[in-house]
Amino acid sequence: MADTAPPLPREKRRTRRKRGEEPAPPGPDIAAPHRLTLGQRLKRDRVMLLLTLPGLLYFVVFHYVPLLGYVVAFQDYQPYLGYMHSVWVGFANFSAAFSEPAFWTATFNTLEIALVQLVFFFPVPIALALLLNSIASDRIRRFVQSVVYLPHFIGWVIIVSIFQQILGGAGVLPDFLGSMGLPRYDMMSDPDAFPWLLTLQVAWKDAGWGTIIILAALLNIDRQQYEAAAIDGAGPRRRLWHVTLPGIAPVLILLLILNLGQILSVGFEQILLQRDAVGPDAGEVLDTYVYYHGIKDNDWGVAAAVGLVKAVIGTALVLGANKFAHRLGHEGVYRGADR
Amino acid sequence: MLTAEKTRATARTTTPAPRPAPVRKSDGRPPWMERPTRLGQTAKAVAVVVVVLAVAYPLVGVIGTSFASQTDIIRSSGLVLWPDHPTLDAYRTIFTGGVVSRALIVSVGITVFGTLASLLVTVGMAYGLSRREVTGSRFILMTALFTMLFNAGIIPNFLLVKGLGLYDTYAALVMPTLVSAFNLVVLRSFFMNLPEELYDAAKVDGAGDFRILVRIVLPLSKAVLAVISLFYAVTYWNAFFNSLLYLNDSDKWPLPMVLRTYVLQGQSLDSASAGEVLAPQQAVQMAVLVIAVVPILCVYPFLQRYFTKGVLTGAIKG
Repeated sequence: MADTAPPLPREKRRTRRKRGEEPAPPGPDIAAPHRLTLGQRLKRDRVMLLLTLPGLLYFVVFHYVPLLGYVVAFQDYQPYLGYMHSVWVGFANFSAAFSEPAFWTATFNTLEIALVQLVFFFPVPIALALLLNSIASDRIRRFVQSVVYLPHFIGWVIIVSIFQQILGGAGVLPDFLGSMGLPRYDMMSDPDAFPWLLTLQVAWKDAGWGTIIILAALLNIDRQQYEAAAIDGAGPRRRLWHVTLPGIAPVLILLLILNLGQILSVGFEQILLQRDAVGPDAGEVLDTYVYYHGIKDNDWGVAAAVGLVKAVIGTALVLGANKFAHRLGHEGVYRGADR
Repeated sequence: MLTAEKTRATARTTTPAPRPAPVRKSDGRPPWMERPTRLGQTAKAVAVVVVVLAVAYPLVGVIGTSFASQTDIIRSSGLVLWPDHPTLDAYRTIFTGGVVSRALIVSVGITVFGTLASLLVTVGMAYGLSRREVTGSRFILMTALFTMLFNAGIIPNFLLVKGLGLYDTYAALVMPTLVSAFNLVVLRSFFMNLPEELYDAAKVDGAGDFRILVRIVLPLSKAVLAVISLFYAVTYWNAFFNSLLYLNDSDKWPLPMVLRTYVLQGQSLDSASAGEVLAPQQAVQMAVLVIAVVPILCVYPFLQRYFTKGVLTGAIKG
């Protein structure tokens, strides 16, 4: 992006846009003052709208149309009968799911995993960002950054395979423990350790990536605050506590709220790949429950019902989190996008 | 630029007074800041080395093992960092036809075509929405952005893909993830930040909207387009979710599905079971992993410097 002209200051741009909003026809006759009719405006914008069309079509077909598929949750759906001819059963699928212990196990596991990740993964990128930020040499810091961002781009299948080589039954760690005369501990198939294993993997993949936003917040702290604090006799530890942490607190709170909104969505791919190693009692979460009931066992109605419950509560949580973040004076996920 | 703000939790000294002596330039330390203690420096260096090793060791181990011979693997349990008897047998095994070669072709195919299709649609949409005066653009933008807040879920998506007749086709690996709202936001805000004068000048010269896109906007956006291509390409290259759900025919499997079967679930490759056992099973597995990671490692260094800008546009604005 270095080869483009620098963006204009925000204020300037805003006034320009304002002028642009007035319905003046483009081209040489900019001065024409009259309002255009809708038809004229559509004609003027036809190229732009045509370019937008394929994308709009994609979002409607692949994000909004599927919502209609949730009628299945209220049917005894049979694929050969289709939506039209399957029998309507009201809320029977919901009560069937809620009376099944496996559903509650999946709910509990989902919340447990999300909570462990929230408490133990959330601080990792913060600590890593503080460490990166304190590296004095530009070259070393850039090198470390390149290294820690990399795993973000590696797919879950690969990451789980790598962990299998290190922590799995015949892997590096059990062999090492065995050679020390200790029991060969296999973390990959220990149901009790499952949430911790997932957290470890998430940390390996995304701790580095998560530092980007925190490093940006650290950069925004006014240097003079540090200088003033130092002159007033604050040592490094006090500067961390009284300048750095308050400086990045807004970003941290925003991230925390957004994470809380995502609490029902723990990584589907990551967990599906490892569910069988620890068994469904520890490894089943809501998403895998839906997958196994619906697509594997053809129990479409119940799976769709659970999916619908999850989607409704999940969306409510995300919207609530956004609203809350907004109230605290931050821009939510989508409100800020249109600036 | 970052060097000045340092917060050293480990340092012990507290010298409040500003240091009058000139500081060496290479130090990059502001005058008021304490010299780091030896203990603090060491702790920090250790932490940095540990972090780098934690990321690098598994990757180097996988690459090393893929070149290892049977003796290497037996001697060092698990991962071989530096094989003493390097051999290409593992790669010969997987490239003599068979499952992995086919999966590789499928993965390359959907990555290339998927990325191109995604890029075309995303560029069109981002450009179309980049000027506020366009009729209905605000409504269309909100329609797209609102999808970031909910996910229809597995069952409805599956039924949709079946209903559209995409089940068991390669299109099912591309179409459901064609446009990412995140990438759309990044690209749109980049287009919006291009100086308005460019548009005005082009319009005075009589260029239409499409001509402005092709002749002026796209040439100025090479860097951001490269980053977005990387994001899309990585998604398609790592495609596991879509292939798990929408592909039944194992002949159509891309690399991640094959990885799952032959590396995670430990089934042996059919070319190896055909009699000519060339390389140790573990080396073959690691070679498949290497093939899945290396393309990412190759493009990564070139695009690395644009990440921050892309992520921040998407995260803070988006």
